[in-house]
Amino acid sequence: MAKLESSLKNMVLSLSVITFIASGLLASSYTLTKEPIAKAQKDKQSNAIKEVLPNKQAIVGEKVEIRLQGKEIPFVIYPSFLNEEFVGAAIQTYSNDGYSGKIEIMVGIDKEGTISNYTILTSNETPGLGSKASQWFKTSKNDQDIRGKNPGKVNFTVKKDGGDIDAITASTISSRAFLASIRDAFEAFKKYQEQNKSK
Amino acid sequence: MNKLKIILNGILKENPVFVLLVGMCPTLGTTTSAINGLGMGLSTSFVLVCSNIVIAAIKNYIPNKVRIPAFIVVIASFVTILQLCMEAYVPALYESLGLFIPLIVVNCLILARAEAYANKNTVLDSMYDGIGMGLGFTLALTILGAVREILGSGSIFNYKFIGDNDGILIFVLAPGAFIALGYLIAIINKLKTKKAAN
Repeated sequence: MAKLESSLKNMVLSLSVITFIASGLLASSYTLTKEPIAKAQKDKQSNAIKEVLPNKQAIVGEKVEIRLQGKEIPFVIYPSFLNEEFVGAAIQTYSNDGYSGKIEIMVGIDKEGTISNYTILTSNETPGLGSKASQWFKTSKNDQDIRGKNPGKVNFTVKKDGGDIDAITASTISSRAFLASIRDAFEAFKKYQEQNKSK
Repeated sequence: MNKLKIILNGILKENPVFVLLVGMCPTLGTTTSAINGLGMGLSTSFVLVCSNIVIAAIKNYIPNKVRIPAFIVVIASFVTILQLCMEAYVPALYESLGLFIPLIVVNCLILARAEAYANKNTVLDSMYDGIGMGLGFTLALTILGAVREILGSGSIFNYKFIGDNDGILIFVLAPGAFIALGYLIAIINKLKTKKAAN
């Protein structure tokens, strides 16, 4: 068959048919993948919570949102209970001061306020530099490990700023953002504990 | 042209990265590790094969003056489908490739093959061209990713072989991509001229 002539009618018709079919295809693939995508994101969230919680057997309770002064987005706290007793929480925290924008972190704190573990949910830090944060702060070397430390007792800022934690080599900005988000998580955690005490 | 020749043409003689130098943005941006290069190469190949087949099939129904918008709609549809599927079934890879998946739409490799090949050839030939070019692209990205990963992080496919030490950091960063690509092209050209001289 010869190629369609470039008349106005043909052009409009051809483009309309193509876009119509394309939109149909996209709509159906969107509906098909909607549930698996939601599930994948939920799995990621619950895996992160499990990973950071101080007690692996604890049951995760209803999430609580805590607002801190000067922060637009609330911090989400997932408390965990063992035999009805509060044993610690996973806190979804964030910082907008990363080297390339927002960093989201899930951090686990036990009831005394000691950091049990953390995992990075989203970050756009430079590969090979700031991206090392995912392992750096849980490596037992010098003063870089934050696990087992209590932000109420240890100064959670980089040594360059007078703190007690070793920053990632050549990534002070990422380290600052990371530690700031942990401090915020701790603040939110304290606020959550106070609120529950008064009840 | 027989099928094997079309496929080999894409992998060797007209390798999209090392010879044609098209699609440089994802080539330089995503090849921080071999696995990322491989993932990006395969994603692009999928879109390339699908769009080549469809465009070759409908080319006679597209008036010449609107062929570019029509091609882009076809390519963008496949990219979006791919993106949704990756987000649903391989979220880890989707995250590490990030923004570069939607950017496949404007990868000039795909539009160039649609315009230069699929628009003039049969469905079957276009499919083989897509497979060849896709494999060539995947191969090039994996090699480049492997070189950068070995030099930059001292690992290959996430398997670390230099203990706790760091690699040569610059190869993980953007300038390292240019340096590694430059040397790889130089080596390939050297091998080619040797072959031609004999």
